[in-house]
Amino acid sequence: MMVWLRRKYLWLSLGAMTLVLSGCGQNWGWYVVSPSTESGRINLKFLINGLGYTIALSLCAIVISVVIGLMIALPGLAKGAAPRAMNRVYVECFRAIPILVLLLWVYYGLPVVLDIGITTFWAGVVALAISDSAFEAEIFRGGIQSISKGQVEAADSIGLSYYDKMRYVILPQAIRRILPPLGNQLVYMMKMSSLVSVIGLSELTRRANELVVTEYRPLEIYTILVLEYLILILIVSAGVRWLENKMRADER
Amino acid sequence: MTDDGREPIIEITGLGKSFGDFEALRGINLTVHNGERVVVCGPSGSGKSTMIRCINRLETHDAGTITVDNIELNENTKNINAIRREVAMVFQQFNLFPHLTVVENLTLGPVRSRKMAPDAAEALARQYLDRVHIPEQADKYPAQLSGGQQQRVAIARALCMEPRIMLFDEPTSALDPEMISEVLDVMVELAEEGMTMVCVTHEMSFARKVADTMVFMDAGEIVETAPPEQFFSAPKSDRTKKFLNQILQY
Repeated sequence: MMVWLRRKYLWLSLGAMTLVLSGCGQNWGWYVVSPSTESGRINLKFLINGLGYTIALSLCAIVISVVIGLMIALPGLAKGAAPRAMNRVYVECFRAIPILVLLLWVYYGLPVVLDIGITTFWAGVVALAISDSAFEAEIFRGGIQSISKGQVEAADSIGLSYYDKMRYVILPQAIRRILPPLGNQLVYMMKMSSLVSVIGLSELTRRANELVVTEYRPLEIYTILVLEYLILILIVSAGVRWLENKMRADER
Repeated sequence: MTDDGREPIIEITGLGKSFGDFEALRGINLTVHNGERVVVCGPSGSGKSTMIRCINRLETHDAGTITVDNIELNENTKNINAIRREVAMVFQQFNLFPHLTVVENLTLGPVRSRKMAPDAAEALARQYLDRVHIPEQADKYPAQLSGGQQQRVAIARALCMEPRIMLFDEPTSALDPEMISEVLDVMVELAEEGMTMVCVTHEMSFARKVADTMVFMDAGEIVETAPPEQFFSAPKSDRTKKFLNQILQY
């Protein structure tokens, strides 16, 4: 019941927003993306087709950044000074570089340094994943550190190896605490994927920019762009919340 | 060898441990024989917990040697793991794994560190749950059990490792008074079956009942080691007398 109510308000507010935006004066020219005309349909389709790249880019970057983030977080929890220093250097460096700057460097700089070719898509994935992994490493470290020392000691006392201790005792408990900030970070990264438009990847934002240049209707086209991101991220948020609830239900 | 021919299984000599400037343990010498029940008591902060935590290397020691079952405890991970398979521990705060059921808590060690087949491990787990008198709680989660039941699950988890030595670190200190006896009963049964036990506790009537040897610690040192009859009726050290007076007052 509560879920249904909350959804209802969500859709009501979305609808109201669209109505208000479309109703204010003659300055609007919705024909440019109107589903009832042939050219409007073509434009709309052109805009929405950017979804594929935006989603693929975010998904690849998320998976890679979670793996790197965990691999960076674990040395940060070690007793030795060397692994901890490695963790600090990685986190501090990549956290300090703006995503846009890192993206430009990966796309224009990395091919020169490594003498390789890189597509706009993979440049985007690499930049987003590296930048994000620094934040995720901190999220993982915090979550793992919040598990009581007694759990580690109990795992040690029954002779579990480091891998088994992490896999069966620490991470399953830590993941419940990690999930909310991790969800936050995923949403943040999806939004940051719009930056990849500057190097020419034909995702949502790039397509909107291109259409604005030919149609001269920035207001309508960018409004559609706002709605595209809004809907996409609301779906992701709902997914994260569902996962959180599911895990809470498993916990007793 | 002792007079009754029992082998020493834990040998601690010259053990020392510091936390920064604080000297938690100083020159500890202690030998525990196979099948012996040692009860360690003393005021809080006297180093009792630190000492028994050194035996399965939950704490590293700075000085002296610890030998368990002829394996010396040092940096060597292989030695540490070998000793941890022989030595099980029961904690003051139970430290059960809250995300696993009781049976899963019990089988994790045997399956993952002793490479036992999962169904054999489960049979073993149910057998030990029987022995701590809570077979019906097997499929519940720790949070659904009372404190006394949780501690008995923890004892069963330790037993599932089929250890040669059991360490108890104040196993009843976090329990409500009415639950203490159900845990002590299980420990008495274990003692009667001949398990080698090193037990840090303030339960003096339990100590009188099961201990072969009483150890009194104060300020990081072993002050007195004696059989319980002598320890309780004629303690040698003034510090022991003072401590016993304080805790046996009521």
